[in-house]
Parts: sequence; structure tokens; C-alpha cells
Amino acid sequence: MYGPLWRLLPGRRPVKALLSLILAAGVVVLCFLWVFPAIAPLMPFNDNTIQSGSPSSDPTTMAP
Amino acid sequence: MKALRWVVGTIGEVLITLGVLLLLFVAWQLWWTDVTANREQAVAIQTLERGFTHDSIPPDPTATQGPAATPDPLATLKNVPFGEAFAIVRIPRFGAGYARPVLQGTDHPTLGKGVGHYVGTAMPGVVGNFATAGHRTTYGKPYADIDKLRTGDFIVIETKSNYIVYAVQRHVIVTPDHVEVIAPVPQHPGATPTEAWMTMTACNPKFSAQQRYVVFSKLMRIFTRAGGLPASFMAVPPGAVG
Repeated sequence: MYGPLWRLLPGRRPVKALLSLILAAGVVVLCFLWVFPAIAPLMPFNDNTIQSGSPSSDPTTMAP
Repeated sequence: MKALRWVVGTIGEVLITLGVLLLLFVAWQLWWTDVTANREQAVAIQTLERGFTHDSIPPDPTATQGPAATPDPLATLKNVPFGEAFAIVRIPRFGAGYARPVLQGTDHPTLGKGVGHYVGTAMPGVVGNFATAGHRTTYGKPYADIDKLRTGDFIVIETKSNYIVYAVQRHVIVTPDHVEVIAPVPQHPGATPTEAWMTMTACNPKFSAQQRYVVFSKLMRIFTRAGGLPASFMAVPPGAVG
């Protein structure tokens, strides 16, 4: 998958390398700002409250 | 043969990519959430402090009625909307500069912004149990050092109208389904409260969600904002974290 991408990038080798780095940085930014915050609530280790029954973000599930 | 090599090569690249993305997620969760949450929570503290000083005299004339001698923290803390910051928690044991916003609610987005108040439990300073939750790790980790709290340590809750001081009494480690720790009388569900308590809950052990570290504190004193908080309650105890 990276072979065709490398061939697709324009310019000579240093230009291709620079463009690859920019693309990689773009992926990291995309993940940090949107993808990871969106999937973090689904991770079991992010539940840290006391609640009865199955974990849920519904505050009404908590006892008085 | 060439096709097979291409297939195997592509699968390898995909697996390496997934591995790198997983490592990135770990870095984001363990490091970046602290960076952004600490920044946001510091801004929230400044906003709260500004709001408190501006509105220190309640604009609502009904709030000043009734017995003037007894401070009534409940008067200004009714019906806080879900997700809104309404108080600042200061814990000298966690360092002189330790201050975190307290918000209404304990869902994932709210706990990312500070300490969460369990909806339906008492508000600070009143009879019942002011129950709170905070992250032990990640998202600014407001309760990172909850296990360092010792009996007698002060927890200061600053609201629009008052400084409310609790003193740590004891702690328990329980599984997450032990809802009786946030009962009006902590650990005695169904009992009618006659005292004001505060419960703090956080994950235990660190980097795990298997158990909850729970600290119970009892109301010591309530000071009005106008009267100010005596410095002794903010004195950093020897061996403090910060």
C-alpha cells in the first residue's frame, strides 16, 4: 500500500520524502483531534465512577 | 508468485500501520489528554474565580433573607445545569497550587473537564453526602494522589458564597458497583443523614478501572466568602505531594 503511494507523490526523492512526512503528520493530527476523542469513551478503562448495574453514561443509573 | 508476495506485503504493511496507530492512541490517552485537560481546567478555574468575585454579593434579593448568621450554601447552588462548573476544590495535600473545577455530572465529557459531582447527591456544605468523582490518571487526573490523603487533611470547596472545609476521615477500596459509598450517609444506604459528608471516588489501582479508591470526609467549618478562609486551612501538610 505504501509503494503505490510513494509512486503517486510528485517530484524527486527529497520532495517525496517531505510530502510523506506532511501526510503522516496530518494523520496524527486527525487522530489526536477527532478520531481518538471519539473512540475514547468506548474504552472500558475510561469508566471511573461508582454505579449500579452495567456501566452507562446515563446519570440516572446511579444510586442516591 | 508475484501476486502472493504483493498480498503478504500489503497485509504486513496494514498490520504495521495498525500497530503504529495503537501506539499513537496510547500516547494520546496517557499524555495528550493531560496536556489539553490541564490547560482547559486552569482556564476554567480562572473563569470561576472571576465569576465568584464579581457575583460575591448575591443579586437575588431573596437570597439575603432568612437568618443572616447561618451561611446557606444551598441558596446559590440550586439546580446547577448538567455539565456546568459551580465550585473549585482545593486540597493542600496535593500541593499549594492545587485547584480543580467541580462540575455537575459524572459522564465521560464532564470528567474530562474536572471533578464531577454525582447528580442527585447533596451539594457542598449541606446535610447529606456531597459525592464527587475524578480521574486518577489521564484527562488532567484531578484525583491522581487520592491515596496520599491522610486522616485530618483538609478539602476546601470554594463556591460563589462560601468556603466549605471538609476533613478526611477514612477510605475504602471497592468494586465499581458499591453505590452505597455515595449514599446520603456513606456506606449506610437508606439511613437518614444528620451530618454533612463528602465522598471522593477515583480509579484504583492507577491505570486500571477494576476498583474504586473512595475517601470519606466530614464537614468541619463553613466560612462566608466575605469573611474569607483562614490560611491555616490551606497550609500544605508536611510530606505533601506538590
